[in-house]
Amino acid sequence: MAAIEILGLQKTYMIGFWRRRPKTALRPLELTVEEGEVFGFLGPNGAGKTTTLKLLMGLVSPTSGTARILGMELGDARVPAQIGFLPEQPYFYDHLTGRELLTYYAQLSGVPEKERSSRVNTILARMGLEGSADMQLRKFSKGMLQRVGLAQAILHNPKVVFLDEPMSGLDPMGRREVRELIQELRSQGKTVFFSTHILSDAEALCDRVAVIHQGQLKGVGAVADLTSRSTGTVEIIFCATHVPQALKAICSETRVTGEMVNAVISQQQQETVLDVLRRERIQLISLTQVRSSLEEFYAAQVRPKSSGAGVGA
Amino acid sequence: MNSRIAFVAFNTFREAVRDRVLYNLIAFAVLISAAAILVGEISIDVERLVVVNLGLTAVSLFGVVIAIFIGIGLVSKEIEKKTLYTVLSRPVRRWEFVIGKFVGLTGTLIVNTFFMAIGVFLALFYVAHRLQRSDLAVLTALFFIVLEFLIVVALALFFSSFSTPLMSAVFTFALFVIGNLADDLRGFARITSGFAGIVASVLAFLVPNFSSFNVINQAAHGDAVPERLILYNTLYALLYSAMAISGAVLIFQRRNLK
Repeated sequence: MAAIEILGLQKTYMIGFWRRRPKTALRPLELTVEEGEVFGFLGPNGAGKTTTLKLLMGLVSPTSGTARILGMELGDARVPAQIGFLPEQPYFYDHLTGRELLTYYAQLSGVPEKERSSRVNTILARMGLEGSADMQLRKFSKGMLQRVGLAQAILHNPKVVFLDEPMSGLDPMGRREVRELIQELRSQGKTVFFSTHILSDAEALCDRVAVIHQGQLKGVGAVADLTSRSTGTVEIIFCATHVPQALKAICSETRVTGEMVNAVISQQQQETVLDVLRRERIQLISLTQVRSSLEEFYAAQVRPKSSGAGVGA
Repeated sequence: MNSRIAFVAFNTFREAVRDRVLYNLIAFAVLISAAAILVGEISIDVERLVVVNLGLTAVSLFGVVIAIFIGIGLVSKEIEKKTLYTVLSRPVRRWEFVIGKFVGLTGTLIVNTFFMAIGVFLALFYVAHRLQRSDLAVLTALFFIVLEFLIVVALALFFSSFSTPLMSAVFTFALFVIGNLADDLRGFARITSGFAGIVASVLAFLVPNFSSFNVINQAAHGDAVPERLILYNTLYALLYSAMAISGAVLIFQRRNLK
């Protein structure tokens, strides 16, 4: 069963006070995320990522379209108990301590009273917050607040977890911890849907990604496919202090470092280049096919006048 | 009560306490003590009148200020600070959240009024050296003040569901003032005819009739408040606040949390 099915979800806001005019935040979006998948929702700022998440959380109502989470329609009273949500730059009740906040959320999520305390203690320990659990949140650093945010999103053991920019504003250690947590959630069989504009995180974590730009879905694809496709170019490294005359017209992106030359050639020119190297008795060090990166896929989708979707869903 | 409403209400109460809302009790204690000592020194046979009048008026004013200034932020502050996102993405319905906030603040005001009531009775005991049966009227007046708070909090919530905090404060305070003149407005409606008469009549029935809740003078004179009025005011306050809360819920249900 699909964990998330987005069926033509669309949002248009009316802006302006006197002269009201429509502003489209999200064009009709069709997207399916399978159970157990880690799905990355990529796009630049203002692309419509947060709007999509707010629509799925029921925080804003769609202009048209609907969505199903674990087969249940949006608005079904059973949905919220099955999902966890971390908003972008989360704010919490700063008059509460970390423990009080998580206990409050556990109450609202319907965690049975008998389990509440142990569940809160376990999650505080998992997020490394035991030492500061009884400190008011107004004294927490940004990184600690993000950990509290992640803790509240998974506290009630949801099946689907939505994270809006979970790595934003975190230091390298903080980002690593979030990555580890997402991997842990995947190993527990949970579905994770997270928005980000940090491509290295998406490439490292996601099974599939979608790119959204200016409120429109530009492409969806499996990360493994996107990063294993050949670009039709080959990276070649050989021993020389300069690029041989015969290769100057063929090689691009040449770089000479000491007694080593690094260059990129097209796959069709591979044999010609090897012949030149053999003829001039130049030692070949390596010849590697250049694979496409997620960054290239992303750039192709969001670049102005880019054409259509990259690969099929 | 629905447990989620109770959890939201308790959190609202805890927030008010930690934000030092109950510190107003210190100002009230200073005021009522000074009044008791002062009237004890200078007045003859009117000590009771002065202490009850001053005490109950202060209870009402302190409470109304809290009801308006916290009431207008109950929901709007949560939207502005985005604390609402992690609450409404849980199994909490929007109407449960609004009612929970309402119950939390009225609970805070009841606790506040309870401590102020102790202050009024201590001051009464200080000036009169005893408490008498007619002092029960003070309890009725305090009960009416609490009913007033229900309406004021509900109105603040209603206005804040669609307007800015500043405008909500202005609207609620204006209705509180007009509501205290509701009897005069009704009298004016009776003697006015034509379009102005119709407008005055509609307004007179729309604005909360706070004038019927003001029995401070009767309480100061030790006059008993008719049971019919207690019943009427209780039903009126419950109905009026229920309508205002329903309006707030209806608007909040449709609101996009951008």
